[in-house]
Amino acid sequence: MKKIYEKAAHAVLFASSTVSIITVLLIILFLFREGLGLFGQKPIEDGQVLLVNKSNPVNKLTSDELKNIFDQEYTNWKTVGGSNDSILLFRIDDIFNYYTEEELAGVDTNMQLLNEKVSELVGKQTGMVAFIPEKQLVLNDKVKTIEVEPVTVSGFFGGELWFPTSQPAAQFGILPLLSGTLWVSLLAIFIALPFGLATAVYMAEIARPSVRNMLKPVVELLSGIPSVVYGFFGLIVIVPLVQQLFSLPVGETGLAGSIVLAIMALPTIITVAEDSIRNTPRSMKEASLALGATHWQTIYRVIIPYASSGITAAVILGIGRAIGETMAVLMVTGNAAIIPHTILQPMRTIPATIAAELGEAAKGGMHYKALFALGCILFLITLLVNITVEFISGGKRIKR
Amino acid sequence: MKKTIILMAAFLIAAAGHIQAQKIKGSDTVLPLAQKEAEAFMKKNKGSRITVTGGGSGVGISALIENTTDIAMASRKMKLSEKMKVGESGKTSVETVIAYDALAVIVNPTNAVSQLTREQLEGIFTGKIKNWKEVGGENMPIVVYGRESSSGTYDFFKEHVLNNKNYAPSVMSMPATGAIVQSVSQTKGAIGYVGLAYVEKNVKAIKVSFDKGKKYVAPSVATAKDKSYPIVRPLFFYYVTGSAKMVKPFVDFILSAEGQRIVELEGFITLK
Repeated sequence: MKKIYEKAAHAVLFASSTVSIITVLLIILFLFREGLGLFGQKPIEDGQVLLVNKSNPVNKLTSDELKNIFDQEYTNWKTVGGSNDSILLFRIDDIFNYYTEEELAGVDTNMQLLNEKVSELVGKQTGMVAFIPEKQLVLNDKVKTIEVEPVTVSGFFGGELWFPTSQPAAQFGILPLLSGTLWVSLLAIFIALPFGLATAVYMAEIARPSVRNMLKPVVELLSGIPSVVYGFFGLIVIVPLVQQLFSLPVGETGLAGSIVLAIMALPTIITVAEDSIRNTPRSMKEASLALGATHWQTIYRVIIPYASSGITAAVILGIGRAIGETMAVLMVTGNAAIIPHTILQPMRTIPATIAAELGEAAKGGMHYKALFALGCILFLITLLVNITVEFISGGKRIKR
Repeated sequence: MKKTIILMAAFLIAAAGHIQAQKIKGSDTVLPLAQKEAEAFMKKNKGSRITVTGGGSGVGISALIENTTDIAMASRKMKLSEKMKVGESGKTSVETVIAYDALAVIVNPTNAVSQLTREQLEGIFTGKIKNWKEVGGENMPIVVYGRESSSGTYDFFKEHVLNNKNYAPSVMSMPATGAIVQSVSQTKGAIGYVGLAYVEKNVKAIKVSFDKGKKYVAPSVATAKDKSYPIVRPLFFYYVTGSAKMVKPFVDFILSAEGQRIVELEGFITLK
């Protein structure tokens, strides 16, 4: 009977660990499958085409050139390698500027007719570029469509513009998002680590039991507060504070985000680090004290080295929370997708971008895939951090 | 113990089957209005249940396509690509205008500037104009707040005020309209756009001119109604023909005189 229980327990443990590992692997697989689908696709909205006059020598445009053309930054075809002719933009609503109501009679009910008119118009105007639906495109011998260059890996990682819903061509450059994430989370951990460690040492070694018994639940309470509350606190209190302190035009900055994140990462760091410090064997502490070391010397020469692997675990968990945190950051960093030069600028982080945009991104579309690719990058960053910390703490253990 | 759980589960399932639940999702601009309408509707029709959630126009329409909501609220028209997605799943969407909303451009109350032309607004939001002194204010940098790209307000403002140009990358995108009001109220050089219903005492709505500075009009329900204020947009409900029978009573209620009175109370502009 006992043996059966034993076997059953083993089987249950084995099954549950297998299930959890497979789940993790499947999630990662799903993430990368969706994310990698982005590359090689044309960044133009599904079912839309760009139409130009046949005499136009331009056949292909990058999404960057397209954005500048439709933002009226480029006004001459010469800029994008065409002939010396000014660029005339055409969107479907502009049709009434060229044709009277009578000429267009019935186009509401007949898309075919509308598209014939558009093709006719583009055939007449040499400098026109029309952005129209592909569905009932009527090609005549005076017009042609323009190709848009697909999204490349280098364009994705090196691009400086993030305009995922821009029409006609979306821009997927993640450099601003990536740098924003790194700035905010690294500074957060630099703020949180000294405070967290100091509190952990104080609570484990210095504080009287009555103080500790009061402090510990308070710290743990901090981690129970929903992140939206932190975000709101940040927006109302920290943002104006940062603005006044540095006399900035705007308070929603990377620094405000880092401070909020640091506060949020504190309970994790304190709890985990304190537990590992308290796990230092009494014999080691007493040996150190018996050799004549002071309490402080014991703390930083014996206890902290002994607890280092637990402290690194605290750091990993803290960084994990900082990099992945969404809501609080979304509310206080300003979310402007620019490449920051100082921490006192608005920033947009990867998790905030995913949280803000995934809801509207149509399933399977370019934007959706781009957000999954961002998720992959977030995953790789966390993996890298974990491996590095693991490597460092592993090296220390061998030395000892 | 087990029996009670089973009994309770059975009871819950039976109860859920009886009550007609409708889900409404989408634009944060329409959200407060839809909530008030739903409350009034539920009070009148005992036994009907309506849940209203926000998220942005894009989110609502996305949910309609994926069949996770019955009505999508939107502060912009459905995009062509979204229409095609609805069509792909073999359904047709129905569009109903339920009210109008004026979009106010707000600045900090301490700002000396109180009127801007469309061209100046375009310059500010596309990043060409960076300092308030370029538009007749004091020498301080302009801090531009906007909404996330999932917001219908974001799209509407881009189409009608920015002449379809892209926002500058330095425009800060806020997750909610309330956050824009909060930020503009505490930042001296700030400018942002919000629905008229969100304008409060701690921000200043500026007059705008769409005829190159000949006539400046302040946003209000009255100016929006007589069409002298230029930035007015329709607010939509979208649903698919398949669920028309279920959602029609609620849509009709909003269009009724009683429903339109709530529209007015909430600071929106009625259909007539």
